[in-house]
Amino acid sequence: MSVKSEPITINLGPQHPSTHGVFRMRVTFDGETIIDVEPIFGYLHRGSEKLAEERTYTQVVTLTDRMDYVSSMLNNQGYILALEELANIDPKPRGVWLRMIASELQRIASHLVAIGFLIQDLGAWGTPLTYSMREREKILQMFEMLCGARITNSYLRPGGVFMDAPLQFWESLNAFIEDFPSKVEELENLLTSNEIIFSRTKGVAVLTAEQAINASITGPILRSTGVDWDLRKTDPYDYYDQVEFDIPTHTAGDNYSRYLLRVQEMRESLRIVKQCVEKIEPGPVRPHHDEVPNLVRPPKGDCYTAIEGSKGELGFYLVSDGSISPYRWHVRSSSLINLTLLKDMLVGTLFGDLFVTFGSIDINMGEVDR
Amino acid sequence: MFEFIYDILQFFLHILITDFKYENFLLTLLSGIIIAFAVINAVLGGVLALIWGERRLLGRFQQRSGPNRWGPQGILTSTADAVKVMFKEDIIPEEADKYIFNLAPLLLVVPVFIIFSVIPFGIGLYAVNINVSVLFILAVTSISGLSIICAAWASANRIAIFSALRSVAMLISYEIPVGLSLVGILLITESMSVMDIVNFHNMPFILIQPVAAVVFFLGSLAEINRTPFDLTEAESELAAGYQNDYSGMKWGLFYLGEFAAAIAAASVFSTLFLGGPNGPILPGIFWLTIKVVAVLFLIIWIRATWPRFRIDQVLNLAWKGLFELTLVNIVVTSIAVIIWPDGESNRMIYIALANWIFVFPFLFIIFRLLKTKNYDDNDIKKVTYPVGSDKPKFEKAGN
Repeated sequence: MSVKSEPITINLGPQHPSTHGVFRMRVTFDGETIIDVEPIFGYLHRGSEKLAEERTYTQVVTLTDRMDYVSSMLNNQGYILALEELANIDPKPRGVWLRMIASELQRIASHLVAIGFLIQDLGAWGTPLTYSMREREKILQMFEMLCGARITNSYLRPGGVFMDAPLQFWESLNAFIEDFPSKVEELENLLTSNEIIFSRTKGVAVLTAEQAINASITGPILRSTGVDWDLRKTDPYDYYDQVEFDIPTHTAGDNYSRYLLRVQEMRESLRIVKQCVEKIEPGPVRPHHDEVPNLVRPPKGDCYTAIEGSKGELGFYLVSDGSISPYRWHVRSSSLINLTLLKDMLVGTLFGDLFVTFGSIDINMGEVDR
Repeated sequence: MFEFIYDILQFFLHILITDFKYENFLLTLLSGIIIAFAVINAVLGGVLALIWGERRLLGRFQQRSGPNRWGPQGILTSTADAVKVMFKEDIIPEEADKYIFNLAPLLLVVPVFIIFSVIPFGIGLYAVNINVSVLFILAVTSISGLSIICAAWASANRIAIFSALRSVAMLISYEIPVGLSLVGILLITESMSVMDIVNFHNMPFILIQPVAAVVFFLGSLAEINRTPFDLTEAESELAAGYQNDYSGMKWGLFYLGEFAAAIAAASVFSTLFLGGPNGPILPGIFWLTIKVVAVLFLIIWIRATWPRFRIDQVLNLAWKGLFELTLVNIVVTSIAVIIWPDGESNRMIYIALANWIFVFPFLFIIFRLLKTKNYDDNDIKKVTYPVGSDKPKFEKAGN
């Protein structure tokens, strides 16, 4: 007996609880099986790149905060590195160590958000999310001590950071370093060997290394396919060549390995923070105004600098015409490029896998649309 | 309970009037209304308490406080919510089929309340005693599927239809293991009446039929759409599923129906498998309440901990796991009942031992077979670097 059936097309988003912002997908289903996905974005476009052309180089830092609003420190770091290279600014060591600490803490916070919402998309009602949000809260409080802001930090300045860390920051950072491994353990006890998470994520939405490299996908997604490509190791910036850390890789390339990789990366980030705290020495945190004025005027030219963001290669392209504001500013946002293989990953899977895969890619709409 | 109220009413009626033509009819009607009023209000109160308790408990599980503003410990939160829901605007979509759209919430709520009519609240404290009440419970619970498909189809919403189809597929799959899991009890008690099952023996049936209890519990979780089988409502996939287009009190009725169904499932489980109102010292109604609260706590605990299954896994579990378990359970129980017929001394202990020895291991065997293969990452494929023969090199741009 054959039953006549027709494909059904559903609009998911932009107002949907699990699209992590204002993302929209036009999905065609055959029963519960996905046969076509059409991603539609641009609902959060604010024209950051154009806005930058009207601002001074230092003011652009605030625009980077608002791109990927769960990893502002990393955005700041990428932009500041590009600016330092363009304007030949020599950063102060204490400032560099401080911004390494800040950006690794931010990476942990961003991965916590990714894992929490991934498990939320899997259907666990809130508990893993609140567990990870509790840890993120500690990091945000430390950021508040550093610069007074929690999300939109704007902590970094050309040549270093805005100001030195207060004493209470070091106290809470030490407490965090002591405490965090046990909290990751707690999260892993709840999730890593959970049979339902196994069955929902193992072997789902598999990506091969070849596909990932051809689509220039970076970050945890590329590393989960088996390529140990991490800009902190392959092209060290700041003082990443002076700290010891490993790059965890998996070869499965499925949703589970993407989850597990993030857990392992949080541990590695904590290792880096620990070494930074040991190696930091007293000194100025940024160059004096005589060395680097507030209105930076880089010489004519262009530069591209990329850092390993929490979601992949975060590149900043800056063109200077010698004035106080950039002639052109372009961001290579990893969220947007990681989204390009969404259709390849999703076709053939079921409705239930859709938002899990989407969550495991870990995009941020602020960075996709800019 | 019925006779007791009937007698009291008769006593008062005879004070007023001695010779009344429709006395029997009037008294039956009045006592029926009084009992229904009491039972329905008890369940409604239970629902309000459950909503509050679930939110507070989830708060505890998730290291936050939960609702604590209205009344002591926030106990009036759900009452305030109920009042708010009643005053909300009632929106009917333009393309909706109005009559069915309005009928669907009632279809969900009414059957749930009917289930409570056959549940014994205490020793001899029940609304009706039907001699096939187990069958009655199974029949009435399946009406909820009809309500969900009515709601989804009438609201003309594609996401709702997804939810309804999932719900019906799950209902059809889980009715069978749930129904078959009770066969063991029926074989032992030789009765289909809940009262007989409750009064049969002091030993709760979870000790005599452990596998049936597990299957029945999982099946009822699936039928009331609770985690890990909450695919019908799947918040992160289908937003709210079949109730997407409902607002105001109609949505409130769906909400009420779901929580009342949770209480009903817990009551049926405690009645059939935990001995219902049987227990030492305390009166029966307390024991039933304690057991229902314990089962509800387990349900909430599961909700706070586990993610959701996918639809194919849910159906696999029903057909490849639970169905087989019930068959094994029926075979072993029937043989045990033949070997130790009614009247034999220590009969229940022997039957229980047979179940624990011959059926319980199958629980682990079948769940082991259903387990996801824990493959090693390196077995799948060797890593290659398509760009260049060596590790890719990074070339710096700019300057």
